[in-house]
Amino acid sequence: MLLNIQKLNRFFGGLHAVNDISFSVRQGIIKAVIGPNGAGKTTLFNLITGNLKPDSGDIFFKDHRITPLKEHRIAALGISRTFQTTKLFSHMTVCRNVMVGRHIRTKAGFISSILNLPFTWKEEKEIRLKSLEILRSLELADCEDEDAHNLSFGKQRLVEIARALAAEPELLLLDEPAAGLNIHETEKLAEIILQIKNRGITILLVEHDISLVMGISDEVFVLDRGKMLAEGKPEDIQKNRDVINTYLGEGDA
Amino acid sequence: MSFDIFLQYFLSGITVGSIYAVVAIGFNIIYNTTGIINFAQGEFVILGALFAITFTRTGFIPLPLAILFAVLITTGIGAAIEIVFIKWIKNPSVLRLIIITIGISIISRETAHHIWGEQVMQMPYFTGTSTSSVIILGASIAPQVLWVLGISGIIVIVLQLFFKFTLTGKAMRACAANRTAARLCGINAKMMVTLSFMISAAIGALAGCITSPITQTQYDMGSPLAIKGFVVAIVGGLGNSTAAVVGGLLLGLIESFSIIFIPNAFKDVAAIIILLVILFFKPSGIFGKKEESALKEF
Amino acid sequence: MDVKRYRPIAVLLIIIVFIQLICTFTGTEFFLTQIIMAAYFSLVILGLCLLMGHAGQISLGHAGFFAIGGYTSATLTTINLIDIADSGVAGFLKGAGILFLRKDIYGEEILSFSPWVAFIAALVVTILIAFLIGIPVLRLKGHYLAMATLGFGMIITTIVRGTRIFGEADGISSVPAFDLLPVLRVTGKSIYRIENYYIAWFIVIIALIISLNLINSRVGRALRAIHGSEEAARAIGIDTARYKLYTFVLSAVFAAAGGVFLTHYNGGIGPSQSSVMKSVRYVAIVAVGGMDNIWGCLFMGILLNFLTLRGFFGTLEEVVFGGILIVFMLFFPRGILKPGMITSFRNAIRKCGLKLFRMRGKSKQNAA
Repeated sequence: MLLNIQKLNRFFGGLHAVNDISFSVRQGIIKAVIGPNGAGKTTLFNLITGNLKPDSGDIFFKDHRITPLKEHRIAALGISRTFQTTKLFSHMTVCRNVMVGRHIRTKAGFISSILNLPFTWKEEKEIRLKSLEILRSLELADCEDEDAHNLSFGKQRLVEIARALAAEPELLLLDEPAAGLNIHETEKLAEIILQIKNRGITILLVEHDISLVMGISDEVFVLDRGKMLAEGKPEDIQKNRDVINTYLGEGDA
Repeated sequence: MSFDIFLQYFLSGITVGSIYAVVAIGFNIIYNTTGIINFAQGEFVILGALFAITFTRTGFIPLPLAILFAVLITTGIGAAIEIVFIKWIKNPSVLRLIIITIGISIISRETAHHIWGEQVMQMPYFTGTSTSSVIILGASIAPQVLWVLGISGIIVIVLQLFFKFTLTGKAMRACAANRTAARLCGINAKMMVTLSFMISAAIGALAGCITSPITQTQYDMGSPLAIKGFVVAIVGGLGNSTAAVVGGLLLGLIESFSIIFIPNAFKDVAAIIILLVILFFKPSGIFGKKEESALKEF
Repeated sequence: MDVKRYRPIAVLLIIIVFIQLICTFTGTEFFLTQIIMAAYFSLVILGLCLLMGHAGQISLGHAGFFAIGGYTSATLTTINLIDIADSGVAGFLKGAGILFLRKDIYGEEILSFSPWVAFIAALVVTILIAFLIGIPVLRLKGHYLAMATLGFGMIITTIVRGTRIFGEADGISSVPAFDLLPVLRVTGKSIYRIENYYIAWFIVIIALIISLNLINSRVGRALRAIHGSEEAARAIGIDTARYKLYTFVLSAVFAAAGGVFLTHYNGGIGPSQSSVMKSVRYVAIVAVGGMDNIWGCLFMGILLNFLTLRGFFGTLEEVVFGGILIVFMLFFPRGILKPGMITSFRNAIRKCGLKLFRMRGKSKQNAA
């Protein structure tokens, strides 16, 4: 198991945002977490990446217990993420945004950067080439020199994915990647996610767009008010009574 | 230490402390409605006192009127600052706001410098003279101390009543809780921000007037006062006015009694060290809740 | 290696020499004195530019670090150990070059630490204090950080004002010259003026190279990322706390170095150098320089400090800086000297050229 979550709990004051959640993600699959608004999906993501700490329970990544680790340490182990509201670095070009993503794969520290040591030149070159390669694979190469904030919303999303990929993660967490995208962009996104999976990267995604989820995921995990409602293959989930009642029944939220 | 000396220290502590509390409340009012820490808060206190001193020196304006005019003028300045510098900026970063209010504080201080010069000035005592005293519990107390305690107490109580029971007060609290929601309910959020600057300026100015006879007034005394007020606001957990009163009195007492242990020159450091220690161990303030502070816009 | 980043330094060198020649030939060499002082002040500005513009962390206490550098160096080089001069330890230290003997203007012998030792001690003290202060303070954000650093600055002011060995309100005077090399000395004596002019610029250029290297590196990008969004920076594996702390320490070292050299150049230091107003002024200059624009900050650092030192603003000095702060934050929050100004200008020209070229091509086609 690449990611293994055991009996995770998190409270916000009186709200039990994540209630005794256990699940695991196999290497090489796309797993989707769905659920109505406020079901605790983003909280779950924040717990996995270390942005929030659980009140109880444990998270294992490649059999390492990552629960107590700081966020940046968890990222360094090979978990990358994107955000629900894109968090690109302002006043930086698209290319530099992606280059920052290589942070954990590179070494130059304060002293070697200040002294501009020769090994950093090679490293810089490598960072740049790799970033351009990723941009090209996502068809973003033509806007590498643009300020990231001047891009269209859909492209910003892709740049954020590119930044996450630059870290060469083993697990990629996508927090509502299709939110705010039009149908055409969503179709393209589905293609890109499958392409990322084909590179051997495992994907965990939170998404509201049910047709996208059902189209690309291997497994689906349904969350409702912090609790697990169902887990299984997309086609089984679609038939599940509980799911239909609480979620699909409402119409596409 | 004899009881008499103890009482002297105690009273001077709570006198100074009540001013810190008022400045801290000023911080809180603006912070609650806008999320801004107004670095010019101390300047309101000094301006209020300086205006009042000028009016009393004309010789024909009686003291209460002089204070009233001074408070009104300072309130006007508070409103002007908000309207001219703050109101129209869209989505400013915290860094920008900090720098702007620092700029305002420098300019108002320097303006005061050019108008009133460097001399140390003093309001006349409200009752009696510098030597008159009232005997309470065997200790002689300057009547002005009673004035300070009384009026700061009234300020605190009136503000509490204002925020609890008047429609405007409630509207301001609504803005503090959720600006967007307040606006959707038909509250003029922008007006409330201006109002919060006016109230802060007014209570600051009033505090300046009542303490001037004891602490004296000089154009550059605003920033240290602002720092102390901020320390108190932090101790109380930013935005909590009841805690600000407790915190203010506490800091005043600590400073007053610190003279026993450390040289007078280092008295001001005590407050700052308290600030740093609190920020280190409990950034949400001694009385503040962690969850609450996490929701604030920092 | 990427040499493009160093190109502007060559231009700067030409300007530096040019200014010196003009001043020498027009008999206005006295201007150089203020340029030297402004150069040392701009070390603080460069450090603050890294901290505020790049890492996005405000500090209203950098005058404190300037003072820590200046005062440590001044104290160690003026403390008189002549009473223990005959002891073995003192003899050994003298032999090792750690202590040195000189005569003051009254001919009295003074045995104190050599300026190099004092300089290194000043940097070490600064680094220690910066770590000590930085660790708790940099966990804070926004207003809290501003107030905490302001408080730090005030503590330093209070300490130097109230402590005997720091000369209380008078500060420390008769600080000796700093012999960088046997022939190069940092001193305010006018016969050494031109020499000192180049020494000052040499030091500034070292600071510039350090800054440029940092900005254009992996670390520099990480700092910009922290500035942009700390949450996202952490999510891509940046140890935000450590990077902020190191930048804070580095900028403190810059400020302290400025303090050390200016103290030797002026022959003394006073408590006003540590004042909050000074810290605020440094922030103002960085704001005017465009926050993250190292060249803009350097230019404004030299210009505004020079004008202040020449007494250009008179008694309105503080009002001017207050006004600058407000106006810039209201209307030009990113400064007036845009970082990409030169490149965008060049690109515009290139584009025009390209258009002309295409048009010509088209007209040729049409003709054909």
